[in-house]
Amino acid sequence: MKVLMFGWEFPPHISGGLGTACYGLTKAMLRSDMEILFVVPKLYGDEPAEGMKMISASGVEMHPGDEVFQSPDGKISLFEIDSTLLPYTTEEEYLKLAKELEKVQHVKKLQWDSKTYSFSGGYGKNLMEEVKRYAIVASNIAKTHDFEIIHAHDWLTYLAGIEARKISGKPLVVHMHATEFDRSGQHVNPAVFEIEQTGMQAADKVVAVSHLTRDTVIKKYGIDPDKVITVHNGVDPPAKKAPVETIRHFPEKIVTFLGRITFQKGPEYFIEAAHKVLQRDGNVRFVMAGSGDMLPRMIRRVAELDMGTRFHFTGFLRGADVDRMYGMSDAYVMPSVSEPFGISPLEAMRSNVPVIISKQSGVAEVLKHALKVDYWDVDGMADAIYGTLNYPALRTMFRKFGKKEVEGIKWDQAAIKLKKIYQHMLHE
Amino acid sequence: MNICLYFQVHQPYRLAAYRFFDIGDHDRYFDEYANRFILQQVAEKCYLPANEVLMELIERYGDDFKVAFSISGMALEQFKAFEPKVIESFQKLANTGSVEFLAETWAHSLASLKSKKEFEAQVSMHEQAIWDLFGQKTVSFRNTELIFSNDIAKMVNDMGYKTMLTEGAKHILGWRSPNKLYTSAEVPALRLLLKNFRLSDDIAFRFSNRDWKEWPLTAEKYVSWLQQVSSDDDVINLFMDYETFGEHQWKETGIFDFLEAFPGLAIEQAGMRFKTPGILADELKPETELDVPYPISWADEERDLTAWLGNELQDEAFEKLYDLEEDIYRIKDEKLLHTWRLLQTSDHFYYMCTKWFSDGDVHKYFNPYNSPYDAYIHYMNVLSDLYLRMQSKSINPASK
Repeated sequence: MKVLMFGWEFPPHISGGLGTACYGLTKAMLRSDMEILFVVPKLYGDEPAEGMKMISASGVEMHPGDEVFQSPDGKISLFEIDSTLLPYTTEEEYLKLAKELEKVQHVKKLQWDSKTYSFSGGYGKNLMEEVKRYAIVASNIAKTHDFEIIHAHDWLTYLAGIEARKISGKPLVVHMHATEFDRSGQHVNPAVFEIEQTGMQAADKVVAVSHLTRDTVIKKYGIDPDKVITVHNGVDPPAKKAPVETIRHFPEKIVTFLGRITFQKGPEYFIEAAHKVLQRDGNVRFVMAGSGDMLPRMIRRVAELDMGTRFHFTGFLRGADVDRMYGMSDAYVMPSVSEPFGISPLEAMRSNVPVIISKQSGVAEVLKHALKVDYWDVDGMADAIYGTLNYPALRTMFRKFGKKEVEGIKWDQAAIKLKKIYQHMLHE
Repeated sequence: MNICLYFQVHQPYRLAAYRFFDIGDHDRYFDEYANRFILQQVAEKCYLPANEVLMELIERYGDDFKVAFSISGMALEQFKAFEPKVIESFQKLANTGSVEFLAETWAHSLASLKSKKEFEAQVSMHEQAIWDLFGQKTVSFRNTELIFSNDIAKMVNDMGYKTMLTEGAKHILGWRSPNKLYTSAEVPALRLLLKNFRLSDDIAFRFSNRDWKEWPLTAEKYVSWLQQVSSDDDVINLFMDYETFGEHQWKETGIFDFLEAFPGLAIEQAGMRFKTPGILADELKPETELDVPYPISWADEERDLTAWLGNELQDEAFEKLYDLEEDIYRIKDEKLLHTWRLLQTSDHFYYMCTKWFSDGDVHKYFNPYNSPYDAYIHYMNVLSDLYLRMQSKSINPASK
């Protein structure tokens, strides 16, 4: 079974969970004997091959079928289309980023062959332009490659998926890793919403990463429930690495928030809960790790509540610092307002850290050994934090079962389910 | 053939979402609204209509139809507070002389596993309550969740009981039939009636299950099963929660029609007689002794204690609860003592059970919490506050 997949990012060049999810999923699909042609806007050449055939599609329109990189067994192809778009960012963040990139990439954008595709505006500045350009390349790829199924990851690739379907007549699966409602709350970008809706309407099947997302798709986009199927994400076992040394320079327990500091992640609820806990429990410190458009407001709020000596901001963490942070933590909180899936609590649990997660997260559907609260229920969150820090049996239980539970959440289950969906579609 | 029908009536005091910042602030531990609401609902859907059916059966079949109840002290207390007509309804049944009320621990507690002193205190409280309300001196005993062991046999016998009800657990009986009277190997004077779990659960758990190949279960079919029991046997013990009727099995499933119909068929067509544990213990000849070194119960496949105790959450909460015992007796504050007893109810520990993660939809159904972890946190918050209140009493004796 050969699948033409459209993605937007691939490790190690990722900005959010989408790339990680695509990576985990495709690897598992290979183990289930599927073949994948994977298209991404931009390929850096250092993507992990691991038995995958990767093709850069940077020059697809100029030299269709030109394979820049290919793994020896040729099972996965990765195409590249140059772009600055990042998934999981709000438009506000995106524009800021685009402005900076514009200076750097001014030269690069001229490398695109304007004979095959002419730009209307500045490269990377117009989000929709990017998405449409990707779709044009997609139709080219669909024309020149052989496959049985088309699979598009998130709205950025849906127009590409639709084009490929038009050209090839092959069935289309669109995969909802996140919806516009998750990213922007009630301030939905109508253009993005429209592409999401169009993509799902045109698709033969819609895959949602959680029941929560499935619900959103049905209720807010009006998609026929019969064609929306939940396939929960998995999690990859961690790469073997030297244990990170963690030294604590103070006796207090640590409660951590780690993620982008944006509306979607609910950082303000974490701060309010922290305030409640600190009024009762002097033996605790709170850490907010990450960056994002809400960071300045969060810092002001902490100052306003006069708890700056107990509440710390680390900025964006990566690599060993993330592990060190988990290593120091006594509890991990994910208060997301809307989290289609949410992989970070699983990483915390793997480090034996008890987790408190919002019920508005897909991962809450698959985890048993976690405390679950409504994101707006600041009292409940505070109570869960206090309980985790002060009632020892909780910690013992989480340590005993949490890590094991995470190890059981595998991408292979997702791949097998997806394969069944494909087979079903092909037989219809 | 004799039939022994015993119904368990119990409602716990469910905890409120008592937060850690409530600790030291107030002692409104219990969810008054939910407890009242649930009690009134169950009274309406189950206790009152089911009592009426039994009343009719007693009037119709006279001496041939008798039943036994065990009503926990906490249920009685909530009836008095929220729905007194349920008490009146049970009193009417009591006045027929065809109903035996069993003794149990007042708080539907697991005290038998931890403290002889507290166990005896609660049984005495319950005896008194039954005497006060129904004018009966209890002669048969049933322990919370039908928990039984050699050690418990001794305690129960020491309190003057010569009959006790428990589970016909396979691993205790082996090849033997549950449909006989047994005695305790530890205390041969104590007679044991064992639940026939297959025939009991056909009604309590399977009655409305459409995936069950025997669905729908008619009175005729059920009585034919009762008749299939070996003629060497003496008594079929049908023990179940009273909430089976109208609450676990909704009225729409036909459960009340069933309850009304099968005793009549059993009596008139099969010549069976419904008798109470007290009567049966006198009439029947004990088969043999049963040795039960490790506690058994009526719960789950295992028929052991793991629904209430065994995981870290349950064990810690249970230990911390009984750590307070000595001090709470010493302080002699009626309100604190009462609260401490309410916290002993087995339901609190049942909510902390993690077994249903892998199986047992039953647990999920009866659990007001999202997860055992939530149950544990609320419980520990309450216990922490109770502890603080006890400390302040210790420092400032009540006399001041």
